Amino acid sequence: MNNNIRKKKVVFLLSVMIMVVISIFLIAAQPASFSWGAEWAGVDETVVEKYAEKYGRSAREPFINTDQGDLLLFVFCLAGTVGGFVMGYSFHKFFHEPEKEPSRPC
Amino acid sequence: MKKKISTHTTHIFIILSITFSIIFSRATPALAMHISEGILPMPWAIFWTLLAVPFLIRGLFEIKREKETLPSYLPLLGMIGAAVFVFSCLPIPVPIAGTCSHPAGTGLSVILLGFSPSVMVAAAALLIQALFLAHGGLTTFGANVFSMGIMGSVAGLAAFQLGKSMRLPLFWRAFIAGVAADLATYLATSVELGLALHGDQALGKVIATIFISFLPTQLPLCLLEGVLTAGAVVYIYKHRPVVLQKLQVV
Repeated sequence: MNNNIRKKKVVFLLSVMIMVVISIFLIAAQPASFSWGAEWAGVDETVVEKYAEKYGRSAREPFINTDQGDLLLFVFCLAGTVGGFVMGYSFHKFFHEPEKEPSRPC
Repeated sequence: MKKKISTHTTHIFIILSITFSIIFSRATPALAMHISEGILPMPWAIFWTLLAVPFLIRGLFEIKREKETLPSYLPLLGMIGAAVFVFSCLPIPVPIAGTCSHPAGTGLSVILLGFSPSVMVAAAALLIQALFLAHGGLTTFGANVFSMGIMGSVAGLAAFQLGKSMRLPLFWRAFIAGVAADLATYLATSVELGLALHGDQALGKVIATIFISFLPTQLPLCLLEGVLTAGAVVYIYKHRPVVLQKLQVV
């Protein structure tokens, strides 16, 4: 039984590692000219900002501008990690921890 | 048993963290529907913020009340809150339109948490994005809360209740709630932009033009949001039906 769990654990960790390595290779293999933002502009660029400019308004820099070099990538990565942890922790608390029962007198 | 649970938790932490880190590290700024900083004139920015404040205050009180009556509410709030945050800054490419956008997540939050907490959750996600992710803006915070938090939740709740009155299965009720919440968010964004920017042009025409421009990207995404919402609600119902019964979802 224990061996079975250990095997599953090893297989799981290996598959996570393989997934990470494949992702890194896929990301690194993109040509230098590839620009995600240019090809897949968000609707805030293609709709919101387009119409705002058409009617005489334009977006300005955010008050806290994290869009400087790779800082924004770092912040997004951090947000993803923290968001994932919070979701996973709450998932565990919600689905796997029994609700606290009120204490009974002896 | 305890060891098994902690292993399971570790697995969930690892999967979610790695997945979101990889996805977000591919993101670039401005890949969403939120109205960016400076687009709305100041009077409109103040108007939408003032409109959103009472909903936020009510949301805080309601979360406090629910937390005291239902012990599972806090983890559910954490899980759904994180999901709304992740959904609402996750750019999803739509090949037929050649653009990116994101689901709103308010359909899911309004079904599981209720109206006011859903507005509060959306506001928290939008505030973090405006402060640290160059996504949305502080002056447009109220307008974004109104479109995503308030209108998304109103439409999601109305669609869910409509499905309930039509005796639809839970999956389809949640599906139409997700679709309605998504479309209502973008409709409200179009109204906000139209009201502030239409100038001497016909208001209805400006709103319709902006909303129609959202549709090629948003129609496939609202279906995706419907499926995600329905899948999550049905999953929770299968594993923790008592909680949904206590929350009067079913």
